[in-house]
Amino acid sequence: MTSTMTPESNRTGTNGRLPDEPKVAPVSTEPGTRAEPVREGPPALLIEHATKRFIVGKKRRPVVAISDVSLRIERGAIHGVLGANGSGKSTLIRLISGLLTLDEGRVEVFGHDIVREEMAVKRLINRVSVDAAFFKKLSPSENLSFAARLYGMDAKAAAQRAVEILARLGIGQKRMGRPIEQMSRGMQQKVAIARALLTSPILLLLDEPTTGLDPRSKLDVQIFIEEVRTEHNATIVLTTHDLVEAERLCGRISILNDGRMVAEATPAGLMAMVARDHGQPETLEAVFMTYTGRSLDDDLEETGVTDDDD
Amino acid sequence: MTSATRELRASYAFIERNFNLTKRYWGWEVAWLVYSIAGALSVTLIGLDQGNRRLIFSLMIGAIFWNYLSVVFSFIAETIEWERWEGTLEYTMMAPVRRFTQLLGSTVYALVYGLIHTGVILVVLVLFFGLDLSHANLATAGLFMAVGSVSFVGIGMMAAILPLLYVERGAQMTFVLQSVLLLISGVYYSTDVLPGWMQLLSKLSPATYILDGVRKGLIDGEPITALLGDVWPLIGMGIFFIPAGIWAFGRAERYAKRTGKLKRVG
Repeated sequence: MTSTMTPESNRTGTNGRLPDEPKVAPVSTEPGTRAEPVREGPPALLIEHATKRFIVGKKRRPVVAISDVSLRIERGAIHGVLGANGSGKSTLIRLISGLLTLDEGRVEVFGHDIVREEMAVKRLINRVSVDAAFFKKLSPSENLSFAARLYGMDAKAAAQRAVEILARLGIGQKRMGRPIEQMSRGMQQKVAIARALLTSPILLLLDEPTTGLDPRSKLDVQIFIEEVRTEHNATIVLTTHDLVEAERLCGRISILNDGRMVAEATPAGLMAMVARDHGQPETLEAVFMTYTGRSLDDDLEETGVTDDDD
Repeated sequence: MTSATRELRASYAFIERNFNLTKRYWGWEVAWLVYSIAGALSVTLIGLDQGNRRLIFSLMIGAIFWNYLSVVFSFIAETIEWERWEGTLEYTMMAPVRRFTQLLGSTVYALVYGLIHTGVILVVLVLFFGLDLSHANLATAGLFMAVGSVSFVGIGMMAAILPLLYVERGAQMTFVLQSVLLLISGVYYSTDVLPGWMQLLSKLSPATYILDGVRKGLIDGEPITALLGDVWPLIGMGIFFIPAGIWAFGRAERYAKRTGKLKRVG
């Protein structure tokens, strides 16, 4: 990681990195725990001084959604991005996805510039957003066939793979032919994850993938995310409001507040920082409250009002 | 896999998806077909009421071929709007697919769907009115449809950018554009009856030349060589509108990405 910024560290000029803090996630090869990110070759994701503004309202007021954000994520990592609603998490994901253009800065995915090598980057990434976006009248099979063809895959091979992925997520083959609108929200989200994995992305952008899922579905998805990282060697960027999920899955976590990256470290490192520098309890909720200036409850209440972080 | 194979496969994705959507909405498809047949019959019955064979033919051609043109136009122009409505626009735009490939798939499906839909209406009307097409020059009608479709596809592509530029109003603008084309293109009457300024506008609509050419081919049996004056504007419009449509679509996509208008609404 190249940037670890806190208000305190910026004042001291150390750019926030704790002297004794490792640059990559702790190593563990036990099942269900974090594996070592790979530091050879270009990073999975490199963001340098990314800035994005929107013009809003009748007065055409410029609003800075992402401000001078820099981030480096090594291959094989699961990197969490936390922040309140409106902090810029989804905007950041959209910038990486090429769904928004940068005003300033640059983004590279496995060494490919997202502007100059747009098609190459698109083949390497996929995204799951908070709302499972499908043609709801079509079946999972039809939606996944569409996705497979878009990515140049053979439809028959893709169909077989889709069955395997969905079975792993607890969706049987008999559900494959029914319209998606007849599925629960949790099942739709699992199909969305299956669709993303179908194209074998090596950078997977998960934008609140478990929001609104029941505990069982949430756990299924979380286990599957870990499997994807270990078995498919994918790098994952995960935005979430679920701090337990973030602590469980993420090797490192960045905190966004008002479009700025205000802290970045391992979960343990972040908790140690708030305990040491702010006298707060060593919990991720304390981290969230300290760096975003609000409680998690405030944020979750707003989730019901707006589904977007822009 | 070659780049061309990948693009063709991606293009087929849109054809297959639209076909699947048509299957899933089969009830509405039947309803829409019945409505279109009823509408074409109703309009053509005006000619029967007047006891005028030429008027029957003229109205029938207007009703049937406007149906075809409007189906093609709608399918292409609503490519973006459908995806925005379903919430899939961002997913499709993220995929490694060139916009030309996407539009090609949508266009091929629109043309095939339009031909089948219109073919059914044509058969019903010919049987209903017992029309004699033995003197018709089908080659002339076919050529006008083929060349005219290209021009209409181009206009559809231009219209498809409206929902990219205007999240809320884009689809409404597309609908208004289609309505204006219906008004000025002489679908049910000669453009000579229009006010002068509308007659000028009618010359900018490919539908004017298509319907004129099809009528002269089917009613008067005129060969294509006698109608080159109507063919050249269509070829010119096709050459202009399709590249212009693809170019404008690319510009609109960049604008949408700069301003954040790909995001789901509704």
